[in-house]
Order: sequence, then C-alpha cells, then structure tokens
Amino acid sequence: MTLSLTPSTSTAHPVRAARRRAPARRKNLAGWLFVAPFGIVFVTMLILPLGYALYLSLFRRALIGGTRLVWFDNYVKAFNDPSFREGVSFVIRFSLVLIPVQMAISLAVALMLDLMVNRFARFSRLMIFMPYAIPAVIGALMWGFLYSKNFGPLADISSLVGADAPDFLGSKLIFWGLFNVVTWQWAGYYMIILFAALQGIDPSLYEAARMDGASQWQIALRIKIPLVAPALLLILVFALIGTLQFFNEPKILQPLAAGALPEDFTPNMYAYEQAFNLANYNYGSAISFSLGAVVFVCVYLFLFATRKRGSFLS
Amino acid sequence: MSSGVTQRGSRTPRRPRYLPLHVLLAFLVVYFLVPFWWLIVNSSKSSAGLFGGGNALWFSDDIDYGENFRQLFTYGGGIYRRWLLNSALYAVAGGVGATVLAVLAGYGFAKYRFAGRRLAFAILLGAVMVPTTALVIPTFILFAKIDLTNTVWAVILPTWLNPFGVYLMHVYARDAVPDELLDAARVDGAGEFRTFLRIALPLMRPAIITVLLLSIVASWNNYFLPLAMLSDNRLFPVTVGIGLWQSTASTYGAAGGQSLWSIIILGSLISVVPLIVAFLTLQRYWQGGLSLGSLK
Repeated sequence: MTLSLTPSTSTAHPVRAARRRAPARRKNLAGWLFVAPFGIVFVTMLILPLGYALYLSLFRRALIGGTRLVWFDNYVKAFNDPSFREGVSFVIRFSLVLIPVQMAISLAVALMLDLMVNRFARFSRLMIFMPYAIPAVIGALMWGFLYSKNFGPLADISSLVGADAPDFLGSKLIFWGLFNVVTWQWAGYYMIILFAALQGIDPSLYEAARMDGASQWQIALRIKIPLVAPALLLILVFALIGTLQFFNEPKILQPLAAGALPEDFTPNMYAYEQAFNLANYNYGSAISFSLGAVVFVCVYLFLFATRKRGSFLS
Repeated sequence: MSSGVTQRGSRTPRRPRYLPLHVLLAFLVVYFLVPFWWLIVNSSKSSAGLFGGGNALWFSDDIDYGENFRQLFTYGGGIYRRWLLNSALYAVAGGVGATVLAVLAGYGFAKYRFAGRRLAFAILLGAVMVPTTALVIPTFILFAKIDLTNTVWAVILPTWLNPFGVYLMHVYARDAVPDELLDAARVDGAGEFRTFLRIALPLMRPAIITVLLLSIVASWNNYFLPLAMLSDNRLFPVTVGIGLWQSTASTYGAAGGQSLWSIIILGSLISVVPLIVAFLTLQRYWQGGLSLGSLK
C-alpha cells in the first residue's frame, strides 16, 4: 500500500508544482495539524516509554554499589532465565494450537451464516459474537466457575456417565482450560469480521459459478475463502499479537488454579511479577522490551512472508 | 427453474437442505451462552444455595436476587457502585479521546500529502504491531516520576493511543471522502478545518461509530493497565475490583469467602450488561464497520 517508495507525482510536473506552491504549503501545514494531536500522544505514550524502558533495561540495581550500567546483561540474563524461556515457549506453543483452531471455527461459522439467510441465523450471529463484549476478566471468571468443583456442572455431568470430572484448573488440563476460554471469547469477533467480508463479495460471482455447475462446497473453497484472505490475514495478526502477550486469563484463574499457574507462567506475568511484586524495574523493563521485540519481529516477518497485493501492509 | 433462482423469497426447497447446519448452529449458540446462563442462574442464589450441592445450571428453591443486590451495593461502603462509575468514566474519556485523535489523524493521513507523511505512516503501521501490555510497565515507571500513578489520568491517557483506530479511519476517509468535494468547498472559501467539519465528518460517521465502540470496549475491558497503575481501590474500574474480590474469596477458601461469592457472581453479571446493550442497540453500525481493516 503506502510503504512503497515511489516518487510523489508532484515532482513530475515542476512547472505546475511551482505555480501551486503557496496553497500547497498551507495544505502541508494543515496536514501536520490534523496529525499532530495524535502525534503528541504517540510520542509521549509510545516512543517515550519504549525509549525509557530500553534505557532502564541497561542498568541493574544491586544491594552493594547501587544502580550501575550493565549494557545488555539483563537481556542475556532474560534469554538464559528458565522462567522467561518457558513462558515464551508456552505462549508460542499456545498460539500454534489456538490460532489455527480458532480461525477454522470462525471461518466455518461465517460460511454457514453466509449461506443461511433467516432470523435464526441472525440471532445466532449476535449470540456467538456476544462474548467479545465481555471483559476478559469476567470471561475467565465465568469459566473458572464452570470448571470449579464447588460450583461447576462438570461434576454433575461426569457423574451421569460414571466418570471423574475433568479438572481444567489442574496442571494437566490447564492448557485446554485456557484454550477454551480464549476461543470462546474471540471466535465470535473473528467470525463477524469474516462474515462482513463474505457479505461484501459480489453475488454475481456465485451465479456465474452455479451456471458452471459448481456446488456450494466448491463455491466456498474456490471463491469465498480466497476472496476473504485479507481478512483472514488480519485476524491471524491480531490473534498472534494478542496471544503472545497473554496475561488477563491466567492472572484471573491463578487463585482458583492453585499450583497450575505459577507467577512466571507467561512472559507478561513474569514481567509483572518482577516489576510490581519484587520492585525490580530494570529487569521487568528488559522482559517487557524483549517481549515487545519478540512480538514485533514475529509479526513483521510473518507479514513480510505472506505479503500480497491488497492486504494489510502490502 | 429460472424463476426459482431469481426469486430469493421462495425458500421451500432450502429449508431441509440446511437442517444439519441449523442443528450444529444451535449447539454452538448453547456453548456460547452457557457461561451467561450460569451467571444468571447462580446470581439468584444465597451462599447456602451456591455451596449446597444443588444443580449448578438451574435455580435453587429460593430465588433471592433482591438480597444479593442489597449486599452487592452495600458491601464495603457501596464500593461496587463507585467501581461501575469509574469504569464508565475510563471507558467514555478513554474511548472518546482515542476516537477524536484517530479521526483527525486518519483524515490528515488520507487527504493531505504533507512532507514526512510516508515515513510517519510507516511508523504508525509498525506501532500497530507493538503489544500494548509491553508499554504498561515502562509507562508506569514514567508516570511514577511525575506523580501521575494512582490518578484517573494514569488509566485514561495511555488508552488515547490507538494506532489501529488511525489506520481504520485512514482507510475509510481515503475511500469515502471524495477529493472533488473537498476542493469544491475550498473554492467556496471554506478553511481546511471547516471543510473537515462540514464535509468529511458526516461522511465518516459509520467508521467513527465503529472506532468509538471498539475503543470504549477496549477501555471498559482493560485489566492490566489499571491493575498496574492504581493502588487506591476507590479508583478501580469494575474489572480490577471484581478481580480483587475474587482473589480475596479464593484465599479465604470456602469458609470466610462464602458470602463474597454471591456478590462476585451478581457483580460480574451487572458489569457485562452495559456493553451488551450497547452492541445490541448499535449493531446496524458496527456489523459492517468491523470488516473495514481488511478491505483493500
């Protein structure tokens, strides 16, 4: 889109450009004025904190000798720290399982809803989207209740078939417990994005395909899915950014899932622990900055590898 | 045959064909609604009903919303009401601020070829990929230096940063606001800002509502930022407040925490009502708007 570095068209017509210079300069200023308020927030809330985090992360505070410059020692420490490494490994494994399943579900539901044009389909669309409006904290809490041995229905249901209730808050199944919460929360949002993209496709394409004898399956696979590819890519990027910074759900389920969710379960939880429970701001900043860098690099590489005409960032 | 294809109203042959899809969809709806149902049912129970071992997905004999309501709004000197109001303040101030900035900047990027525009826009797109939580700890340390932590501004100011909102407004303004219309207004002598207010703003309304709704949801649902920034529980939004109650109730176990659980459940239920109402009433606007980012 706009990342290509083609020369601007005004230089191609120097004469015309010169004649218009005065109003052009005024418009130049106007453009900057429109962007400036956001620019100020951008600098103070993003550039400044990031720069400061980078600066802080180069220091270490010791009991003897006070704070001293250690250059990239905190990063060496972080990437050798089993807590940070296991946290990163968890969020990556979690993304690899979660994102494909979540995308498959939302795409399947969007295709179904696109086929069915009636009141029940409209109702279902809203109901499936509903969890998006729920704070992650409350969503995690609701599922925590449902998983709980004290209040949950799992024990009742399992006893009907004579089995022990699965413990989604125990260390064995916590992965799937969290998997379910996140899928429940986000699948509807992704489905709505895909559904809106499907609705934007010109229906005459389907007519033409049907004339050629294509079945609904073929129409879905050959026409609909390729045409919503940009939307799928957008969802994938959002899901990746969201999952790598996983924090709310495990933090909320922590008191309920004693032992299964340690303080260093995800990199963000570990950074929070370092900064706010141990007051170790230098190391906490290094972890935050490393996480941000990992996410940025992952997403950028991914977008670069899949760039296509017409998609986000192409 | 041909009339059957063109008349979309005649759906007698369609119904049985999609019957399995309807059944599947019904299952999905049940799955997505179960947690809500659990909240509605269990917020009617007293702590005896909650822990009494009755059916977790059905009402107990005594339905007692009234008592739970009374307890919820009087517990801790009525702190819950304060949390709701705080949430509303953060959501509105944060959401409106983020939207105003995004509309102005998105329009600026879409309609002016100012010097440095390409570079600024490339940086903006890069910023979409910076995880917001990675900024929380550094922002906290910066705010601590200027005594801004533990104030409402500590929660409101960082939510004004919404690069994706700017990107969405840019995409929409570029396609929905014709340059000819803007030029015509300029020829008539209208200033740049007046042109923006009179011509562009009304044309951008669907995208503005979408970005506003998304920003409000993001601030209402925010947890990490207020959790880090605030220590005075009178400033908490409802998410952090309920999280606090929940960890208190879990720490004291079934013994001391029992009375707290029924108000946690009712409190959770009430905290989700405003956004659900907003989404249901505004669905006309956001349903199309959400696909904006993926358009060409």
